[in-house]
Amino acid sequence: MCGIAGIIHRGKSTNVGGEMQKMLQSLKHRGPDSTGYALYGSGKSKDFILRFKVGENVGEGSSAVMEDASLYDLRKTQVNIKIEEAGGKILKEEQITPYSFRYIIKCDDDLLDLAKKIETVEMTEILSLGQSLELIKDLGDASVVADQYSLNNFNGTHGIGHTRMATESGVDIRSAHPYWAYPFSDVSVVHNGQLTNYWNNRRALERKGMRFMSSCDSELIAVYLANKIRDGKELEDAMQSSLIDLDGVFTYMVATKDKLGMAKDHMAAKPMVLYESDELVALASEEVAIRSLLPHEIDTYDPYEGEVKVWQA
Amino acid sequence: MASITENEHKSYGMGLHDEVLTGRTQQTFFNSEEDENFFYNDAFDVDFNKRATIDAEKLQCLELNKKIKELMKKGYGTIVLKNPGAKHSLGVGILQKLNLIVEGSLGYFGVGSIDGPVVRISGRVGWSCAENMMSGKVVIEKNAGSCFGAAIRGGDLICKGSVGARSGIDMKGGTIIIGGDAGAFTGFMMQRGRIIICGDVGPNLADSLYDGTIFVGGNIKSLGADAVEAEMTDLDVAWLKRKLKVAEIDKKIDFKKMTKIVSGKKLWNYDNLEPSERKGAI
Repeated sequence: MCGIAGIIHRGKSTNVGGEMQKMLQSLKHRGPDSTGYALYGSGKSKDFILRFKVGENVGEGSSAVMEDASLYDLRKTQVNIKIEEAGGKILKEEQITPYSFRYIIKCDDDLLDLAKKIETVEMTEILSLGQSLELIKDLGDASVVADQYSLNNFNGTHGIGHTRMATESGVDIRSAHPYWAYPFSDVSVVHNGQLTNYWNNRRALERKGMRFMSSCDSELIAVYLANKIRDGKELEDAMQSSLIDLDGVFTYMVATKDKLGMAKDHMAAKPMVLYESDELVALASEEVAIRSLLPHEIDTYDPYEGEVKVWQA
Repeated sequence: MASITENEHKSYGMGLHDEVLTGRTQQTFFNSEEDENFFYNDAFDVDFNKRATIDAEKLQCLELNKKIKELMKKGYGTIVLKNPGAKHSLGVGILQKLNLIVEGSLGYFGVGSIDGPVVRISGRVGWSCAENMMSGKVVIEKNAGSCFGAAIRGGDLICKGSVGARSGIDMKGGTIIIGGDAGAFTGFMMQRGRIIICGDVGPNLADSLYDGTIFVGGNIKSLGADAVEAEMTDLDVAWLKRKLKVAEIDKKIDFKKMTKIVSGKKLWNYDNLEPSERKGAI
């Protein structure tokens, strides 16, 4: 089933981490397997924030294989070497969990080369790379993940998130949402639905050199949008064309450094409730998520079939 | 109406006898002379002047629905639900007369499978509001999600705002009145009853419509398979005026210019014989 939620503040920063945690926790019943956040901070620095993992969470319910923790340290060291080889410089490094890291790095704009080099290290996956995006995903509900990664006081302008019920692929971090639109800085996607022409599109995109890390159909949307942006399309135009090219039933959200957008398929088979005011836009699979932030009486509505909307922070 | 019995009068009031079926049907028709058609065995005797309030803020769906039943058992005929917080499945399975006033919004499956109550909701409702409603009246002041009034069999379901996709899907009776716009596949596989949409409607309106009538005040993006336009009659206009007045929707609509959609009856099922007739043919 899966639940998705997003919020964007117009022209101000707030505790977007805490807000997303509340919204996603109220959608726990839609997906108990894993939770993911794509949070956007101030983005004023020219340095890049790199979030990556070198292993999987093998906790209860995980479909991942248990590994010796010493392998994580070895892989992390290899990642550091790869960053230097690509001409990058590590300014700060934090180990959040035994397998998950947050770095601040200085590098040039050739993110593809850097990302390719880092991901040559066994079991290593870049979760996000950008100047304001921080993508965090792990097994458990929204509160468990927010506590584990200290997200409750994350200050920023906007964010999207996902609670996952595993249907198309395993219970592991690599199949959890959101997905970073590799290799574009600060682009992330969450999705609720099923794509029925996944393999056709995947094969076509792989022939164009795009990379897939999982066999989750939702990753296709991120890669599809990344490919369109690479070809020079604006975000909204790329989203419009996705409604023609992607087959199935879906509602998805995409976020960039300063924008948040949503798209709904032509059958309108997957839910989305929307609240807009002068201060903020909040949207979610169920109104109960919006009510967790705004308990007073508000006007909400469902976007219609084939609708694409984009808001500016 | 002078010659009809009291029970027949009740059934007209519930919207059960105001439509002439033109299609082939195997439905057993409602017998207005039987008392049990109006009362369930476990229905409570309630007084509409006896009023109670429930604060839903800290209660879960099951607790709330039990609380409503307990109050009905004590004879409360008017129940006010405060702070519903868009929780799901509230007010479901009420099978008797009751005034239920919801101060706020409901989540999915609100007031589903009801038979008899009058419900007023000051906020919005999520997907599948009043699904399988048998009789009564539900009025929503704001918008509604998709599958609004799915498979309803009777009663009046009114949304003063706009509704999502597939409203009135599989409906088998009653009336759905929408003050604003409606989404794609409205009236999908509708079998009986009427839908009034004052605003615009999305693509594939009345796709695979078996029977029933849809009236649209605004633009229709596209018609679904087997949906055709029919001529508006004076009776239609009079009925629409009455219904919108009862629904408290005072939009300035030129009823004569509304579009009336009915079934074209060209789908395979209309060309086939009934099973009994097929036997005879063999």
